[in-house]
Amino acid sequence: MIPGVAADFSQDNIWVSLVKAVLIVVFLLTSVLFAIWFERKVVARMQVRPGPNWHGPVGLLQSLADAMKLLLKEDVNVTRADRVTYLLAPMISVFCALLVFAVIPFGPEVTIPFTDFTTPLQLTDFPVAVLYVLACASLGVYGIVLGGWSSGSTYPLLGAVRSTAQVISYELAMGLALVSVFIMAGSMSTSQIVASQAPLWWFIPLFPAFVVYVISMIGETNRLPFDLPEAEGELVSGYMTEYSSMKFAWFFLAEYINMLNVSAVCVTLFLGGWRAPWPLSALGDGMLNEGWWPILWFLVKLWAVMFVFVWVRGTLLRLRYDQFMVFGWKVLIPVALAFAVVVAVMQWARRVAEVPLENTLVVIVIVCGIAFLAIWLWPERARPEKPDESAVLDAFADGYPVPPLPGQKLPPSPRGRRAPLEHEPDQEHQADDLQKEGVTGE
Amino acid sequence: MTPGLEVSGGETMLFWVLAPLMVLAALGLLFVRRAVHAAMCLVFVMISLAIMYVAQEAPFLGVVQVVVYTGAVMMLFLFVLMLVGVDASDSLTETIKGQRWIGVLLGLGFAVVLTGVVAQATFQSPVGLESANAVTNPVALARVLFGDYVLAMEAVGVLLVTAATGALVLTHRRQLTTRRTQRTTADARVRALTEGVSLTPLPAPGVYAQNNAMDTPALDPAGRPVPESVPRVLRIRGQERSVTALLDAEAAIVGTDTSGDAVGPPAGLPAGQDPDSTPTLPAREA
Repeated sequence: MIPGVAADFSQDNIWVSLVKAVLIVVFLLTSVLFAIWFERKVVARMQVRPGPNWHGPVGLLQSLADAMKLLLKEDVNVTRADRVTYLLAPMISVFCALLVFAVIPFGPEVTIPFTDFTTPLQLTDFPVAVLYVLACASLGVYGIVLGGWSSGSTYPLLGAVRSTAQVISYELAMGLALVSVFIMAGSMSTSQIVASQAPLWWFIPLFPAFVVYVISMIGETNRLPFDLPEAEGELVSGYMTEYSSMKFAWFFLAEYINMLNVSAVCVTLFLGGWRAPWPLSALGDGMLNEGWWPILWFLVKLWAVMFVFVWVRGTLLRLRYDQFMVFGWKVLIPVALAFAVVVAVMQWARRVAEVPLENTLVVIVIVCGIAFLAIWLWPERARPEKPDESAVLDAFADGYPVPPLPGQKLPPSPRGRRAPLEHEPDQEHQADDLQKEGVTGE
Repeated sequence: MTPGLEVSGGETMLFWVLAPLMVLAALGLLFVRRAVHAAMCLVFVMISLAIMYVAQEAPFLGVVQVVVYTGAVMMLFLFVLMLVGVDASDSLTETIKGQRWIGVLLGLGFAVVLTGVVAQATFQSPVGLESANAVTNPVALARVLFGDYVLAMEAVGVLLVTAATGALVLTHRRQLTTRRTQRTTADARVRALTEGVSLTPLPAPGVYAQNNAMDTPALDPAGRPVPESVPRVLRIRGQERSVTALLDAEAAIVGTDTSGDAVGPPAGLPAGQDPDSTPTLPAREA
């Protein structure tokens, strides 16, 4: 048994590992086919249209048809491309994307039916498994970068540069969000982290870190609203522009596998991994947390997170690039860093100084209260007076008719009607007079 | 073999597969022409090294090597290479006086340090990784780093922070003009309307049966070419294609003459028209 790892791999030999690896690859490939269908169907439902519904039952075979089309298309090689790198880039992308699931636990130990052979539902695990996930993600960027550079064309290069900056900045925030989980769980091995979530899933006590992780995982996978490396309106399709046929399909595959990867990490680290959700976990002395059931919970949670991906895509607009970077560096990273420090101090108080949890909570409440009062009672800085816009409205600024902005009033028009009449008893006569005037005027 | 040091058959095989490849890649780093290829060779060496570390039961070191050096440092290198574009014709003049000698000296110092480390590893009897990794590898490493060597760690940390701050200070430029926001840009565009600047994005180039490249102008509703639809650079270089030429070429392919009585679109222009004046679409003529 490996020290610091909850899962027991002592019975596994090379053949078991091989079978598990093949099963993971098969799972990932079918999941990608399903994910493409799922995304198109859900987005279609959000946009009130049917979506793919022609091939197979409810259009399920649509992505298979698309995959076949990509396989059979002409493989175009760009003349100005740097041949070796151009071929290598999509391979790096897919290869790195496939590596991550090796450390994701699908469930606890199971006994293979009709034998007494037990094995964890996980290919492998080691004391730094989550760091390994981060390492694979950072290697996957090489695929994008080299793909963009080797195409020998402007848009792919710009897309690649954008994506590098994006992935590096969002990986920092992501890593910092994960640090708080490491501190609480006291381990970086995935099986140990899942084991530590038996009383409480980490997304409740570590909610700020969870939010930062969810935002940065979308940024990390280049998905809407953060899909700036392949923004169609600006960069055609970014680093994939010069790719066609199977090479393009590899990039496409890698993108969807990466979505599955970050969702699986989210489930494992924050959402309890393979553990059954609360009311079910109490059923029958935790019998739903044993045997083959956990695979079901894991998949349900995985697809719930995937649904969030699609939901966000169907709802939000793409950010402007500079706003996106400012958000990453000036909001996400400081928030994640500050929260990691808070968690570290709390954990130190509990484990090293051995202050009871109630005392720590009281201190937190007091600190929050003081901060709240300070913000509440802080004298408000006098805001610079807004220029009185009603005074400066120039209805023909620069020779063009300009409508009034909100808050501005139009000057009285020289051709305007008289002020509307007010119905007050003593003005009735006046009104009659006006009427008469009108008549006589004619 | 010294006691406490056990090398399994798999590890030996891994070494003999990876080590020659690493040496090849390291040589490639020195002799490859293009800077990006050299960077890729270095990345290969780094990843193989990380695999070696993991095989030698130092998983934390191996993974951190990939995350920090390959994932961040090397990536920034590649970033600069791609943006700036370094080629073989870089000058070999010294920018700092005596740079070469300092370099040689530092190299020698590094060699001495490496020799010391290798000698220490070879001639002392190893304790064995079992005891070192008894409390899991990252925890044992943390105890060494933040227990025995905490002062050195802090010194390195301060040095790194100083370096980062120094880089920030050196590259910082004070903003002399007011900051350009989306609002000011929009206002400036409206103000520039009187100078003939378009408020909307420029029209896209034309799309034709034979050609939808950027060098051919679009046609406006009256059938006149819109010169602004071709990118400015192409116009200045004189690489713009006239619509007339394009329509003539299309007509030649279809097999009609350009006299105007063509059989449907795509058809040529009315004969005798000046190519740069306003060509009219056949549909409008009818």
